[in-house]
Amino acid sequence: MPVTRLDHRNLWQRRTPLTQWAIWLGWLALAVLFVFSWQVMNKNTIWLFVEDAPRQAADLLSRAWPPRWSYLDKLWGPLWDTINIATLGTVLGIVLATPIAFLAARNTTPSAALLRPVALLIIVSSRSINSLIWALLLVAIIGPGLLAGIIAIALRSIGFIGKLLYEAIEEIDGTQVEAVRSTGASSWQVMDYAVWPQIAPAFAGISVFRWDINIRESTILGLVGAGGIGLQLQSSLSRLAWAEVTVIFIVILATVVLSEWVSARVRAAII
Amino acid sequence: MTSAATPTRWTRPPLIRNAWLRWGLYLGLLIYLIAAASTLDVNWQRVLDGLGNSWRVIGGFFTPDFTTRSRDIWQGMVESLTMTVTSTVAGCLVSIPIGLGAARNIAPLPVYAVCRSIIAISRAFQEIIVAILFVAMFGFGPFAGFLTLSFATIGFMAKLLAEDIEDIDEAQAEAIRATGASWWQVINYGIQPQVMPRLIGLSLYRLDINFRESAVIGIVGAGGIGATLNTAMQRYDYDTAGAILIMIIAVVLAAEYISSHLRKWVQ
Amino acid sequence: MLRVSSLSKRYKTGDEALRGVSFDLPAGQVVALIGPSGSGKSTLIRCINRLVKPTGGSIEFNGTDLTRLGGRGLRRARRHMGMIFQEYALVERLTVMENVLSGRLGYVPFWRSFLRRFPRADLDKAFALLERVGLSDQVDKRASALSGGQRQRVGIARALEQDPELLLVDEPTASLDPKTARQIMRLIREVCRERGLPAIVTLHDVPLAKTFADRIIGLRAGEIVFDGEPGALDTAMLSEIYGEEDWTQIHADDEAEAAHDDAQLREERMAGLT
Repeated sequence: MPVTRLDHRNLWQRRTPLTQWAIWLGWLALAVLFVFSWQVMNKNTIWLFVEDAPRQAADLLSRAWPPRWSYLDKLWGPLWDTINIATLGTVLGIVLATPIAFLAARNTTPSAALLRPVALLIIVSSRSINSLIWALLLVAIIGPGLLAGIIAIALRSIGFIGKLLYEAIEEIDGTQVEAVRSTGASSWQVMDYAVWPQIAPAFAGISVFRWDINIRESTILGLVGAGGIGLQLQSSLSRLAWAEVTVIFIVILATVVLSEWVSARVRAAII
Repeated sequence: MTSAATPTRWTRPPLIRNAWLRWGLYLGLLIYLIAAASTLDVNWQRVLDGLGNSWRVIGGFFTPDFTTRSRDIWQGMVESLTMTVTSTVAGCLVSIPIGLGAARNIAPLPVYAVCRSIIAISRAFQEIIVAILFVAMFGFGPFAGFLTLSFATIGFMAKLLAEDIEDIDEAQAEAIRATGASWWQVINYGIQPQVMPRLIGLSLYRLDINFRESAVIGIVGAGGIGATLNTAMQRYDYDTAGAILIMIIAVVLAAEYISSHLRKWVQ
Repeated sequence: MLRVSSLSKRYKTGDEALRGVSFDLPAGQVVALIGPSGSGKSTLIRCINRLVKPTGGSIEFNGTDLTRLGGRGLRRARRHMGMIFQEYALVERLTVMENVLSGRLGYVPFWRSFLRRFPRADLDKAFALLERVGLSDQVDKRASALSGGQRQRVGIARALEQDPELLLVDEPTASLDPKTARQIMRLIREVCRERGLPAIVTLHDVPLAKTFADRIIGLRAGEIVFDGEPGALDTAMLSEIYGEEDWTQIHADDEAEAAHDDAQLREERMAGLT
């Protein structure tokens, strides 16, 4: 009750004193947590290096500029690989994620007690592990190369696409489903005529959105040996050839901006 | 169009009306897929050998070893968690002024341009790439990781905050402005109440993301559990790697659970 | 034709939506089902084609007991019952033609429906029905591009495309303006006359029910309290159905009850979607 009476006058406060105190306490706890974390984190930080950073940065810049443009010729192949990793990985991810999404959605799962938790677990595991870690594992299993990159991208995409898609499935309009079911349609026909038309736009939008993210992620998979332009980055970094690194960064930046533009255009056209 | 000539054939109208464009797109897609698949160049022998050995890697998940390298795991986990907290707080604080500056309806054009370019730069670069640069400048360790994650948080939060502010109900801000309120008062009374709940929700969401990212930037030397994981993988110590992955999934699950509850409580 | 005997439905929450409802429906008769919100009208209609599973009693349709059916048998029975919905319930993103053809889903194998290659006879029928409801120039439009009255006409065409032996109509006019509502009701009665189709129509508009129905059944709290000619429905009877108070007024309680009822229905609907 924010209005209280004191000396026959109404006193107004935005919140009751108790909530106000709770809110202040919350912020205080956050500040304490921050300071504590800061101290634990920086226990081993050598501040000399940090103070030295501006000089290091200037040094880095002087070696990175001007970019060695001649290196560009060697980048087209890896760039093509990078785009392929992203695209094929996205396609594979979609193929794997779609059935999982249907198993995970409350209204389409054939078994809420058994299959739904399994599908949700797959989605969560896939989402919590970054594609770089998936690549690390896959390079260990099937060896370095594009295939490891493609599968890593696909495995990471399952969680993303699966989660957004199953949320879209759970939000569909039940009366449209009921109407098609009342004509005597089989479950598969209900999927085809009532469920799928309702989620198709979301499906396309999510896929293109994930492709855009995958382009970004596939540029660095090479750092752990999973192919693409990241391999070049790794070798330039290990040789401290910063002028080459600059060229690679510019190429990556251009690709990312372009893919983001494409994805935005496609999504605008769908919706 | 009446029944003079009732059509007897019906096909579903295609998604793309122009037949040339439609078949051209299908053909282009097919050619691309063939070209992409042909450059794949997979060493199937290696893959088969690897799959044979894969039980060792996958087995690591079922026989996770938390004890042998518990000191390394513990330190990596502490670094990751502290990095996550500090970078989320710092990143969110910095992103508020930048987000305000990047909202076209409250910021003057020059400020808008500067803030939008900061956001664009932060979003264009992968965390890993930023981490490489920060490690080169600030040396190995979680401090570089903290800077990386803060930088990424700024781009993420400021963009969403700016979009939120641009989407607010103008009438409410207008009404406050009509009372003769100053710029700060308009922000405080007309805009903050509308965007604050979502802002808190987003920062909790970003906390999740930052933890996940903190698990990988260690691979390029920016501290955290990723460094421990990378070392374990290089030593073919898959049991430890399995243990680390299980811990990552567990923390992400817990964080998601807690943040969804906190979000409900805040809103 | 259709014989409903002591039908009852109790939802999981314990609410009794229907208690011992019995009636016969001869061929060609249009029955209006009236009653306050939450009296079980929608539940009754959905029990007949088993979108909602009744908890007791039997429904005999052309000699088979629908309450015992399941799987293929149930789908076979459903395809002979056309249903028309309150909010049209068209699949918004499909074209008008696809919506009408979806009435054949119970008859064609999956591959035909998936490739949209329906038998010639089905297509001819669909074109004729669209002509009948006055929409032959909207064939390839998306359902979402039509007006309310046009959508309900597509809904009628979809139901008739099933070659139904019974029409179940749930508040067909609730989201339409008064003039369109009368046109739609007239259309429903005409097609029933043309085909000798029996129909059960839930309505909350009493004058509309009196004008267009051959017989009126009044439900109250899940029980039949009136069953007879429209002429026999006088003010006293209406008070009996809608409660002792002035039945022309809207009660806030009823609205809340209706919302509750809707929520339960939705839960059942979603549960059945597998």
